[in-house]
Amino acid sequence: MHIDDTLQFAFHAMRGYRTRTYLMLLAMAIGVASVVLLTSLGEGARIYVSQQFSSLGTHILIVLPGRAETTGGMPPIMGETPRDLTLDDVAAIQRSRHVKQLAPIVLGAAPVSYQQLEREVMVMGSTASLYSVRQMSLSSGQFLPEQEITRASSVCVLGYTLKKELFGSTSPLGKWVRVSEYRCRVIGVTADEGVSLGMDLGEVLIMPAASAQSLFNVNSVFRILVEADSQEEMALAKQDVIDIIRERHDGEDDITVLSQDALLSTFDRILTALTYSLGGIAAISLLVAGIMIMNVMLVAVAQRTAEIGLLKALGSPRRQIIMLFLTESACLSIIGAMLGLLFGLSGNWVLQQYFPDFPFQAPDWALWAAVCIALSTGLLFGMLPARHAANLDAVTALSGR
Amino acid sequence: MIKLEHIARTFKVGDELVHGLDDVCLDIKDGEYISIMGPSGSGKSTLLNVLGLLDKPDQGHYFLDGSNVTELSEQNQANVRREKIGFVFQTFHLVPRLTAAENIALPLTLAGVPHEERDQRVQDVLKSLSLTNRGHHRPDQLSGGQRQRVAIARAVITNPVVMLADEPTGNLDHASGIEVINILEDLNKNGITLLLVTHDIELGERAHRIIHMMDGKVYS
Repeated sequence: MHIDDTLQFAFHAMRGYRTRTYLMLLAMAIGVASVVLLTSLGEGARIYVSQQFSSLGTHILIVLPGRAETTGGMPPIMGETPRDLTLDDVAAIQRSRHVKQLAPIVLGAAPVSYQQLEREVMVMGSTASLYSVRQMSLSSGQFLPEQEITRASSVCVLGYTLKKELFGSTSPLGKWVRVSEYRCRVIGVTADEGVSLGMDLGEVLIMPAASAQSLFNVNSVFRILVEADSQEEMALAKQDVIDIIRERHDGEDDITVLSQDALLSTFDRILTALTYSLGGIAAISLLVAGIMIMNVMLVAVAQRTAEIGLLKALGSPRRQIIMLFLTESACLSIIGAMLGLLFGLSGNWVLQQYFPDFPFQAPDWALWAAVCIALSTGLLFGMLPARHAANLDAVTALSGR
Repeated sequence: MIKLEHIARTFKVGDELVHGLDDVCLDIKDGEYISIMGPSGSGKSTLLNVLGLLDKPDQGHYFLDGSNVTELSEQNQANVRREKIGFVFQTFHLVPRLTAAENIALPLTLAGVPHEERDQRVQDVLKSLSLTNRGHHRPDQLSGGQRQRVAIARAVITNPVVMLADEPTGNLDHASGIEVINILEDLNKNGITLLLVTHDIELGERAHRIIHMMDGKVYS
């Protein structure tokens, strides 16, 4: 029997019993669609987290004062208070040839006011290079000027939300705002970027690091963001940072250097595992669809007993009858799987319209796996009814008993 | 052509063994026209099923065209059915979702005969059975007589040597029945060996040879 005739026979049968066909297609489609949607959620979460990290820029090391490990049993007699990181340390690190650029961060809260409006905001002290390290963008004006790290100047950049709160729709450029008891001139406004890694850059006021230090009356630095040239350079840069600081801090390793890739890869592993488990849960619905196909095909065999007897009388060997029924369940699974892909992907599209920030994206492997599992459950669970049909006794089948 | 040697077939009904066929020996020559008559349960249909390789005898040998077909594998028996035997049933057994032409072509489709040849042969058979304008009708759009003619067309399209007809007129009115019998007899005149199971004495006596059956035994 030719393959096209076999297919045509299967399609005739599918059209001949419409309700049955629609039910089976629906079951298969729901199974495949749920695999697509659930893995999209998991994969979306993974992509979302990596995007959050990459908004920090790539190849970034985060240097923080203090060390996150336990040392020594005996309490040191002279005390071992971690030394603060200072702007001088920042300048020293900048001289390493493995460091492309870096940005110190001094952080504190202060009331910011313009005319009668006042707002308590986060004040971030940094340098011009924060702009590229943090991959920021501006909606107007310019960022902090390039200057000596240790030099203070009375300029500031407003976060987008902060600017709207204080200035409404008028341009703040060149205006003077009061930050606590200091005054500084607005030279730029950040773009509306939303929340990144839990920190809303729209709500901050950014000023030179030295100015922020004198504002909060400290000489320490909260964090240093260090950017290396490449993935390979990161390890070297990390070692350099540790060496430089050890030298400057009298031989003490009193800083912690985190690479964001380490953080990212942890999240990546967790979220990939999540995607797999969601996919696995959804695959159960495919199994259910497979069992449904088996049931319905068994009923179909019972309904078509006389037809099977006839096929035998007309010279169909067992193998051919198995083939005919398997083709039917395979066709149902494939078409069901295609419908499921369609449902799943359009479901993704609809969700994407409602939640534009969250990337709904089914991973490629999930699409393939869904279709393959659908097809194999169709064949696997189609086998039993097909064999049942082939084993029918021709005489009994024809007599309709 | 057909030779049955001591064929026996028993069924178990409850605790009792029923002899469907009891030591049946039979010789049928090429081109014969035989009617098999007897009361219900006498083994007529069982004999026909054994002849058609749909049922396996418990004992004995069945030679068709000189070869012992009882010994053949399932696959080869299917081939013999396809190439040498045509079936006509009381209840027609047409596939309801296929058109008349598709039903007639079914044995060729199953055998993997190419489209063009299939269409040509279906057209020829439709013409010879004056069904030409019924090819695109589904079985439920045809009368009983037409359905049985479609079934006969399906049986002859493979050019079988034996035609086995089990009460072919049982579900038809008298006129359609005569029409169907005439067609079968025409086929017989063209050389096909015809075996006809019937209750109807009038039809049975038209055959050249009558086999009476009773309790699984043959009296000719």
